[in-house]
Amino acid sequence: MNNKTDRSEYWSANLRYLSVLLCIWFVVSFVFSILLVDVLDQIQIPGTGFKLGFWFAQQGSIYVFVALIFVYTWLMNRLDREHGVAEDADENVGHQS
Amino acid sequence: MESVQAWTFAIVAMSFALYIGIAIWARAGTTGEFYVAGKHVSPLANGMATAADWMSAASFISMAGIISFIGRDGSVYLMGWTGGYVLLALLLAPYLRKFGKFTVPDFVGERYYSNAARLVALVCAIFVSFTYIAGQMRGVGIVFSHFLGVDITIGVIVGMAIVFSYAVLGGMKGITYTQVAQYCVLIFAYLVPAIFISIMLTGNPVPQAGFGAKLNDGSGMYLLQKLDQLSRELGFSEYTAGSKATIDVFCITMALMVGTAGLPHVIIRFFTVPRVRDARVSAGWALFFIAILYTTAPAVAAFARTNLIRTVSHQEYQTAPGWIKHWENTGLVAWLDKNGDGRIQYGPGKAFAGKPVFTGATGANEQRLVSNVPSEGRNELYVDRDIMVLANPEIANLPAWIIALVAAGGLAAALSTAAGLLLVISTSISHDLLKNIFLPNIADHTELLFARIAAGVAVVFAGYFGINPPGFVAQVVAFAFGLAASSFFPAIVLGIFSKRMNREGAIAGMIAGIVFTASYIIYFKFVNPAANIPENWWFGISPEGIGTIGMLVNFIIAITISRCTAPPPENVQDLIESIRIPRGAGLAHEIDA
Repeated sequence: MNNKTDRSEYWSANLRYLSVLLCIWFVVSFVFSILLVDVLDQIQIPGTGFKLGFWFAQQGSIYVFVALIFVYTWLMNRLDREHGVAEDADENVGHQS
Repeated sequence: MESVQAWTFAIVAMSFALYIGIAIWARAGTTGEFYVAGKHVSPLANGMATAADWMSAASFISMAGIISFIGRDGSVYLMGWTGGYVLLALLLAPYLRKFGKFTVPDFVGERYYSNAARLVALVCAIFVSFTYIAGQMRGVGIVFSHFLGVDITIGVIVGMAIVFSYAVLGGMKGITYTQVAQYCVLIFAYLVPAIFISIMLTGNPVPQAGFGAKLNDGSGMYLLQKLDQLSRELGFSEYTAGSKATIDVFCITMALMVGTAGLPHVIIRFFTVPRVRDARVSAGWALFFIAILYTTAPAVAAFARTNLIRTVSHQEYQTAPGWIKHWENTGLVAWLDKNGDGRIQYGPGKAFAGKPVFTGATGANEQRLVSNVPSEGRNELYVDRDIMVLANPEIANLPAWIIALVAAGGLAAALSTAAGLLLVISTSISHDLLKNIFLPNIADHTELLFARIAAGVAVVFAGYFGINPPGFVAQVVAFAFGLAASSFFPAIVLGIFSKRMNREGAIAGMIAGIVFTASYIIYFKFVNPAANIPENWWFGISPEGIGTIGMLVNFIIAITISRCTAPPPENVQDLIESIRIPRGAGLAHEIDA
């Protein structure tokens, strides 16, 4: 991890994950639930009384938010291990020193 | 109603005994335990505590009621108060945990190598927290007076005593474990009536599904269709259609989200977990636990509105269900028989000006008479929005102990938030102000004593404002979010993601953001409230949403100024490098604790 290129690779991978996940965050809340809500409201979710835009605004966006955080956690834990910066590593360091 | 009161006293007393018991068990011995629970809290427990910390009396009692009356536009609160956790988890929490100190002003002060920056952050933290806490104490008083018939003042004093005992004794450690208990109480109290009302109206036990299901009254209509139809018939706008301007909905949602992510009492919770990866997953658990209530609330809102319209519209007052009369006695419902036909006419507009002022006499139908000036429209019914949650168990004919549970849930929501805020205030004073600025050499146990004194003084202040609420309490909530969005959030995000960001840029950005946002809010809310209409707002953005623009102003000023001034010193650049990787957080924690 003292390797500078590895460190910047780790950081740019993190930024890539962030941008993708924040795009999804923006789309479900601001685009689907606010900007395009009236367009999506033309569609009724089959088998329910929900108009699609209304559902995203009052239910769907919140479910997606929860999922986004858990996905990020999973992605980052994997990335930490791949780049040897996970915290389990420093517990060993702690014992050695 | 006597058995309800007996149950309420019993359940509330039991819940208070539980909180105090936990506080004695989790007594804090060091500043590390007092400020951040020794950083030993498990991510799941921290998630639950964060959820209780975050969900206030307003979320528990008022939110469903507000949504009930504004329909789709209510989604600004639903998304605004949950979406911020995504920002928190992805952009702030893990890095602040790696930084490893106790407070937000700590981070701002060290990252921007400046006590001036620390002081700006400190003042914002205290202001935001006081704004919030007065409302919580008021919430405690309201629950006491509605459910127990106790005077609001006595209610607030009891609430102060409880919070005092566990916040001052236990610090963050005591608060964390009481908040876990409070979350359990409040979510149970919220879900049980919601489930029964959902079964009553749609036959579906899951409120989130019942929300989109068909009514079980044999009409074959979906609940939302029926609600739209009823609303149209009575002259309201459709429940599932919005009436606010799109740009304003956009800006309010953004300001609430960013403000949530920047609120110090929420951020500070992520300092309490052992590792960086715990901070990440803990934010996920926090939002999961919050989402249980936040996805139920809009369902409750729609159920309650449907119920209300069907129960009252054009019904004879004398045969109206008991809950109408019960809540009329508490002053949350009032009926003014304008056309003298003995039936309740319900429609858009206010029944009369202001809150009901009862004359003490009763009318021809035994309704309580009001002395308010009747308004023009045909609407005869005054309904306080809080009733949508408070009266739910009675509407669903649930047993007395569940009604009592709702009271305990409302108190749990208010007390847990108040305690979290108190801790921010006391930490800001003892740690950021005394230890880091004025008295750098004080010993740990002296600092701990100061922290306890500060918490005690803050409880008294909060209680005072709870008993004598300044008229502007409702307005200042916009302030809390606007200020958090336009000050902390950009400063922290830039501090982590831009190595080039320096002291000059951050301070200028925070000040510009706050001054801009505060001026706009103060002008429309206090200086010239009469002008507070969409035609006068810049680009149609209300004072509630202006924090979004304040945040942009902060970002732009901070980036511009930092490019024209010297880059931050070497040791700060190293600090940024180190908070960007999780490894080493455990070691930092050994040293701190």
